[in-house]
Amino acid sequence: MSDHHRSHRPEPGSTALVHRVKGLSDRAIAWLFILPTIVILLAINIFPLIWTIYLSFTNYRVNRPNKAVDFVGLRNYERILSDTDIWITMQATAHFLFWTIFFQVLIGFALAYLINKKFKGNDLLTTIIVLPMMLSPAVVGNFWTFLYQPQIGLFNYVVSFFSGVDPSQFSMIGDVVLAPWAIVIVDTWMWTPFVMLICLAGLRSIPDSIYEAAECDRASKWRQFWTITIPMVLPFLMLAVLFRGIENFKMFDLVVQLTGGGPGSTTELTSINLKREAFEKWRTGYASAYAVILFVTVFGLASIYVKALNRVKDR
Amino acid sequence: MKKSVLAFSAGLGMFTASVVAAPTANAEDLTLCWAAWDPANALVELSKDFEAQSGHNMSFEFVPWPNFADRMLNELNSGGKLCDLMIGDSQWIGGAAENGHYIKMNDFFEQEGIDMADFIPATVTGYAEWPKGTPNYWALPAFGDVVGWTYRKDWFERPELQAEFQEKYGRALDAPQTLEELKDVAEFFQGREIDGKTVYGAAIYTERGSEGITMGVTNALYNYGFLYENPEKPYELEGFVNSPEAVAGLEYYKELYDCCTPPGSSDWYMSECIDAFKSGQVALQMNFAFIWPGVESDPNVGGGKSGYFPNPAGPGGHFAQLGGQGISVVAYSDKQDAALEYIKWFAQPEVQKKWWEAGGYSALNAVVEDPGFASSQPYAQTFLDSMAIVKDFWAEPAYASLLLPMQSRIHNYVIAGQGTAQEALDGLVKDWNEVFEDEGLK
Repeated sequence: MSDHHRSHRPEPGSTALVHRVKGLSDRAIAWLFILPTIVILLAINIFPLIWTIYLSFTNYRVNRPNKAVDFVGLRNYERILSDTDIWITMQATAHFLFWTIFFQVLIGFALAYLINKKFKGNDLLTTIIVLPMMLSPAVVGNFWTFLYQPQIGLFNYVVSFFSGVDPSQFSMIGDVVLAPWAIVIVDTWMWTPFVMLICLAGLRSIPDSIYEAAECDRASKWRQFWTITIPMVLPFLMLAVLFRGIENFKMFDLVVQLTGGGPGSTTELTSINLKREAFEKWRTGYASAYAVILFVTVFGLASIYVKALNRVKDR
Repeated sequence: MKKSVLAFSAGLGMFTASVVAAPTANAEDLTLCWAAWDPANALVELSKDFEAQSGHNMSFEFVPWPNFADRMLNELNSGGKLCDLMIGDSQWIGGAAENGHYIKMNDFFEQEGIDMADFIPATVTGYAEWPKGTPNYWALPAFGDVVGWTYRKDWFERPELQAEFQEKYGRALDAPQTLEELKDVAEFFQGREIDGKTVYGAAIYTERGSEGITMGVTNALYNYGFLYENPEKPYELEGFVNSPEAVAGLEYYKELYDCCTPPGSSDWYMSECIDAFKSGQVALQMNFAFIWPGVESDPNVGGGKSGYFPNPAGPGGHFAQLGGQGISVVAYSDKQDAALEYIKWFAQPEVQKKWWEAGGYSALNAVVEDPGFASSQPYAQTFLDSMAIVKDFWAEPAYASLLLPMQSRIHNYVIAGQGTAQEALDGLVKDWNEVFEDEGLK
């Protein structure tokens, strides 16, 4: 017997342990491994969720520990769903979500399509393009406030150069019409590279042989694009939309730094509004109900979307 | 024998050295929490005297204004032990008293001979009392502050501008006495070329995230006749918060914003207004008095180039928004005795005098009523005049719940131009009524 085999022989002292482990059923061993994870999940995910649901039916305020907590039934839910200001924040969120995803997918896919072609400096260009997503959202929000500054901001000067409009005549973050677009522009600038990378992975996963076969069948480039490229990249695109959708639904830091939710409530997204209710007004019960409504909305939409994604993948 | 004498002497020497190094029996590390601004730096310097006298070591936790309330109220609400001493905002006093965040100071004041009658009455009511108007004290007035105005005196004194203003408005170009006059002056400077640079009328508070626009708009609302509640019936808001006079005050503030502020000033608070003034962008600046020492020493706008005036009167009265804070001992601190020692030291007239000289606004009568006080700084008289007309926002325990709807209602109307002034104030009445109902006060 070689030394190698000898080294795997059990030590005399370990036989008792072997017997003990052998005494456990497979199911028990599985539970032994899974249990710590389940306990942690219950403690940090499930319990807070159940607790939040409970609090949503009360008038509890975390900053008033001495005040009696009353059960208020569905009153918090009624107030939220009938509050026009909350519907305005929902609309602002929907506007932000739709247009950021639209532009990011459009530009991200176009960039990925171009980057996928082999040319000199391809790697360097890819690195430069992905730089914005490496920055902190708070930093990005902060420096874009300077870029949008009417008197010294580069953005206003660039727009002025092309349009002839005086740079101090418009304020991207101070104007009700422009502010929702100001946050869309910054988020698109920052996160388009992320969508581009996912699309690039999709494009590079398409085997060349499919295109070669299409060439043999004399399919035009346009037809190859619509019948090969798009269908095969679609699951990746949908995945990018899912990621960006979830991220932007809970968007907070970038917009707070950029506009603080203003002017007025024009860019007050639901996450900002929820934070104000929970940690500035300290209406914990009310904010819990708000969080439950948002959770159900996101969970419902994400479930429908994931089913659609699976259907596309199975095609 | 020699050896034992030597050993005894050495022991005595070491004991003496240790006593000298630590004058008090229990030297503590105290942490004082406040906002990060110029007066805080002055307090750091001033506190070195306390360290030398007491043997305690002082540490400081300063948070920038936009995050100050969030950070510190979280600290208090969670029962944190970070701060032994808190210079908290005046509006926190109700919540801090009722939720047990601050210790009550009455016994301590009595024991140490600290008399609240020795302090400016408005600062005692604003920073120390809860419930308001009762002799229950939770803080020592630490820093008197009030919203006032700064103007470019050197521009106002230019003969060609004076002549043009005289011709246009039929009066001299001078510090305005009324809000209408203030708007005229701001309008006069808006978009004007001065020394080859385009300048604007006024920098005013428009910030939305914390308390900025509320601290600004109240200076117009109060002076047009806005009242927080029925003086005869507490928490009755209808017809007081949204009275025709209050509506006119709100319309005035919007007109001032629309006509006479720099482009892009839709989210400005203290620091943005300071920057605009110091960089020569604006002729007038609304800001708390704490900035005045900094203006006076600034190479661009200081040294006599700037003047100061209290918030001008309006058709409904003459008031200014109170700022400033009291110093309290945090109830969760394990070092309350040492913290009280600091307050005892800080309350001394000679320390308060040094506090004023260092750039802190003392609220002690002995300091501000000194015959030399009014002429001690170019802004000293304006400070005194302003402190005589102060009014403050709600200081209820639910103050944050009252502040945020005001921020959003006012910002929506003034900055975003949504709805009318009447709708904004009607909405505010609805929001505040909801808060008071939740509080069980209505």
